[in-house]
Amino acid sequence: MFHQQFFMVGLLFVCRQIRSHVSYEVKDDVAVIRINNPDSKVNTLSIPMQREMAEVMNEVWANGAVKSVVLISSKPGCFIAGADINMIQACRSAEEVTALSQEGQKMFEKIEKSPIPIVAAINGSCLGGGLEFALACQYRVATKSRKTVLGTPEVMLGLLPGAGGTQRLPKMVGLPSAFDVMLTGRNIRADKAKKMGLVHQLVDPLGPGLKDSDVRTVEYLEEVAVGFAKGIVNKSIPLTKRKGIMQKLQDYAMGIPFVRQQIYKTVTKRVMNQTKGLYPAPLKIIECVKAGLEKGSEAGYLEESQNFGKLAMTPESKALVGLYQGQVACKKNRFGTPEREVKNLAILGAGLMGAGIAQVTVDKGVNVILKDTATEGLSRGQDQVYKGFNAKVKKKSITSFERDTTMSCLTGQLDYSGFERVDMVIEAVFEDLSIKHKVLKEVEAVTPPHCIFATNTSGLPIKDIAAASKRPENVIGMHYFSPVDKMQLLEIITTDKTSKDTTASAVALGLKQGKIIIVVKDGPGFYTTRCLSPMLAELLRLLQEGVEPKKLDLLTTSFGLPVGAVILADEVGIDVAAHVGKTMTKAFGSRLDGGNIEVVTTMVEKGFTGRKAGKGFYIYEKGSKSRNINPAAEEILKKFKLSAPPSVSSDSDVQYRLVSRFVNEALLCLQEGILSNPMEGDIGAVFGLGFPPFLGGPFRFVDAFGADKLVQKMKKYEEVYGNQFTACQLLQDHAKDSSKKFYK
Amino acid sequence: QVTNYVMVSAKKFARENLFSLLLVQTKSKKTLAKPGVKNIVLVEGVRTPFLLSGTIYNDFMAHDLARAALLGLLNKTSLPKDAVDYIVYGTVIQEVKTSNVAREAALGAGISEKIPAHTVTMACISANQAITTAVGLIAAGQCDVVVAGGVETMSDMPIRHSRKMRKTMLTLNKAKTLSQRLTLLSKIRLGYLTPELPALTEFSTNETMGHSADRLTAAFGVSRREQDEFAFRSHSLAKKAQDAGLLSDVLSVNVPGKGIVSKDNGIRPSSMEQLEKLKPVFIKPHGTITPASSSFLTDGASAVLLMSEEKALAMGYKPKAYLRDFVFVSQDPKDQLLLGPSYATPEVLEKSGITLDDIDVFEFHEGQILANLKAMDSDWFAQTCMGRKSKVGVLPIEKLNLWGGSLSLGHPFGATGARLVTAAVNRLKKEGGQYALVAACAAGGQVVFDL
Repeated sequence: MFHQQFFMVGLLFVCRQIRSHVSYEVKDDVAVIRINNPDSKVNTLSIPMQREMAEVMNEVWANGAVKSVVLISSKPGCFIAGADINMIQACRSAEEVTALSQEGQKMFEKIEKSPIPIVAAINGSCLGGGLEFALACQYRVATKSRKTVLGTPEVMLGLLPGAGGTQRLPKMVGLPSAFDVMLTGRNIRADKAKKMGLVHQLVDPLGPGLKDSDVRTVEYLEEVAVGFAKGIVNKSIPLTKRKGIMQKLQDYAMGIPFVRQQIYKTVTKRVMNQTKGLYPAPLKIIECVKAGLEKGSEAGYLEESQNFGKLAMTPESKALVGLYQGQVACKKNRFGTPEREVKNLAILGAGLMGAGIAQVTVDKGVNVILKDTATEGLSRGQDQVYKGFNAKVKKKSITSFERDTTMSCLTGQLDYSGFERVDMVIEAVFEDLSIKHKVLKEVEAVTPPHCIFATNTSGLPIKDIAAASKRPENVIGMHYFSPVDKMQLLEIITTDKTSKDTTASAVALGLKQGKIIIVVKDGPGFYTTRCLSPMLAELLRLLQEGVEPKKLDLLTTSFGLPVGAVILADEVGIDVAAHVGKTMTKAFGSRLDGGNIEVVTTMVEKGFTGRKAGKGFYIYEKGSKSRNINPAAEEILKKFKLSAPPSVSSDSDVQYRLVSRFVNEALLCLQEGILSNPMEGDIGAVFGLGFPPFLGGPFRFVDAFGADKLVQKMKKYEEVYGNQFTACQLLQDHAKDSSKKFYK
Repeated sequence: QVTNYVMVSAKKFARENLFSLLLVQTKSKKTLAKPGVKNIVLVEGVRTPFLLSGTIYNDFMAHDLARAALLGLLNKTSLPKDAVDYIVYGTVIQEVKTSNVAREAALGAGISEKIPAHTVTMACISANQAITTAVGLIAAGQCDVVVAGGVETMSDMPIRHSRKMRKTMLTLNKAKTLSQRLTLLSKIRLGYLTPELPALTEFSTNETMGHSADRLTAAFGVSRREQDEFAFRSHSLAKKAQDAGLLSDVLSVNVPGKGIVSKDNGIRPSSMEQLEKLKPVFIKPHGTITPASSSFLTDGASAVLLMSEEKALAMGYKPKAYLRDFVFVSQDPKDQLLLGPSYATPEVLEKSGITLDDIDVFEFHEGQILANLKAMDSDWFAQTCMGRKSKVGVLPIEKLNLWGGSLSLGHPFGATGARLVTAAVNRLKKEGGQYALVAACAAGGQVVFDL
């Protein structure tokens, strides 16, 4: 109360001092409102920020001298990155979240109905609630900076744009684009946003002048936005854009209820196809849009806030939020800054992996040597990198000139010249211990003492590889996933001898490459390969028991895997699976058994090594999208046919036999200390192996599904198949005590 | 570095290079002579009138203009046609039929076919590059008498078939049978016929020069008003100089069927009120560069006669100035495209051991000159971007471009460099100064001295 009276006296200066998130000044007759969350790199819509914003808006509206408003962020690279997730997480019920949503809706409604024009001046990320705020303003100006992105990523957190977004977006950009934006959650760059009609004007980022370019760009944005604000008031700048013919046609079509119904239907069908109905948020988004357009905005806003509340309480949303937080954590280097930055990297082996690693590194200001032993392999690898960048040129995300400059940082060669300058070597040669030893020795003979030797193996224990090294403290595992430019995960493996600085260096490089990183201890199969291995063994057994590959794929995708498990095996490579299977069984004994390994070795002998050979369990034909079963593989399966015990062969049993072995192995990795925490285990399983994101990963799955229920299922399978389904100690502990959870 | 934003197409003409040249008046006591290096002098400089593209020079090809400048120089100096050792010209957009335009101009001017000639290109400082090439030839003892110049015509420019069409046509040349030819012809699609204009953007950054310039003015906080005032100044000074007959380097050129031209035709003194009404041309609606604050598309050619001092004196010439020192520097083509003079000026001064205060005449290319003035006066810019301890200093505007500049006289890309040098030398003579500094952006920096 005291504070409010104090403000009333009109001590504006004092006000500014007291408010920590929002401040404003009046320039001529334009109020420039600046958003700046204290102690954070980004602005989020939090409770204090909303409260201060409301105060400031009321003051501005009450000030007769102010004719227009510019809303801008003081943070370089961020307008408003979205609502504060903690604020939503702190809520205990759907009603609480609905109330939050309604407050947001009310605030933005006031903004929308502002008696004076408000110009949102956007530089940097304008996401989620930030975009909804901007949409409520009368005019939007955005910089063309690469950091400027607009979007509604809520769907990726299992939520929906809950502050009017589902109502305003369709009106602003049309129904099809609005669905595209909200259902994919993708980031939209400024130029695209202008084309869509999401922003009115673009401003160029400036180079260094009398000040730093970031600082000056924001100042310039403000100057330009103030100009527009004045222009709107004196009517020299129109608020509505003249619509093109296509736009008019589209608006006309959307005016026909039948057309709208068709769109809802098509979009719903597409969502169902892609999500198998496992993700509730996209369907709710469609409902909200529909309610707003068909029953009026009051119904729309109500639907939006209620659905927002409901979604926030779903396990899917909690899992996705958990993944998001894990992802943020896995984008930090907990090993500190390395003593030396890797500026020169050499990659041995220009195969799919080697070239993929080169591709994600060479455009990050690192000089890359790509070495192979044969010209053909080298040339194929260099082509792969070139194609990767050329695809970006075609998509216009880089220029052909940038592609060429980047490619000139890549040297392809067959010998070890220049290795005396190399800071790190990543080997991606054939998975054979003696070959790895050979290259390790060759490399150590030509590289400087500080050079790190990273091995990209998917299964061989790093300590065995390091055994041949003169400098085992510099040896580390960097397990990339194929295709390297698409798969976000990097699994880094340390041995007892790996130094902390080596780890810090490897993590730093991985982060530069844009990877999400988990760091695990050494052991056969580390973490990811080890979890995958028992699942593939079980898959093989199921195939032998006569479950059709297509049915298995259907069962696994309807469980939430992004690709069917059989297709996954073909993608990984049957030979690789066979190799890994053997290694793992050797290391862990019968516990990792499942189907008969003879099946896969016979397939490899016949050349059915999977997708790369054109034949695996399926036949792959170039240009054809439909996959047919490989009859020859079917023959082999028949030869090794097992009878399926009916007690454990229902559809649901098939799913849980696969999943429980995966999950049990993941928990075992935590129990044995391979994993340092459940979060990294979840991130690794989702981003590296395609564990269903809406389940959040194996650990969150155990929390949500119930350890006791899982153990019950496993016991049933254990009776039939023995120790392969014995629940590990950690799982049993959790089953016994239901208060034990991996996530609080 | 950029000097001019020509309305539509200023594209590859400006790159990241900058140039500055120090001239010394030949009467000067301090000649800044370098031990062991020949004194190189400018005997005379001329240029054709600079005309708006698409006007009187409409039917000229580049070599016609270059020849006019060359002949004018020979006539003005009475230099025998066999006394020239070498000819260098600069140009930006090359006419493919005359890609060595220097040689075509020389042959056309009746210079002996035994005298070699070559053409250089370096965006807006192409003629500066021609001049420094000549300096190099003389300093190295290869030549004693060199004509250096530049030429540009924007009234005509090479417009090509599309790459696909060119490919088809080239393959067609090799096709032997009628059926092969017909097969090839049948593959031509309507889209193949779309012509390719000379690119409107920097190749490396995909940005037009005007756009880049507008961003630069914004980066340095140059206001619309400041730019309008500078444009007004340029046109007013040019008009005054023209009326007072100071532009003595301008030749009279007979254009067949159109009579004799002897005056630049782009000088349009107007009023601040009129300038204020103009709309921005590159960044709309909030940009600050208008047609008045950017150079118009221009046709024209220029030439200077350079000699070793001994030779000039032996031939009975009174040299006008020594060419003393020059530098070329390069910058980031995206954000610093037009900042050449700021970078090149301090370098050339330091090389010569003199200061900004010693300079009597400044001739700077008028492309983003205001941003350059602000850059030179900024400690932040000096420390952060130039790696210097402190700012270059305030450039005395009362000594700058007193006879007009690229905004008012025009800017034929390849020819501007030689115009700047000649103007600097003539101003030194007229104003009785000692040192002149020429700077331009596009690709390098030069300093000129007069004794």
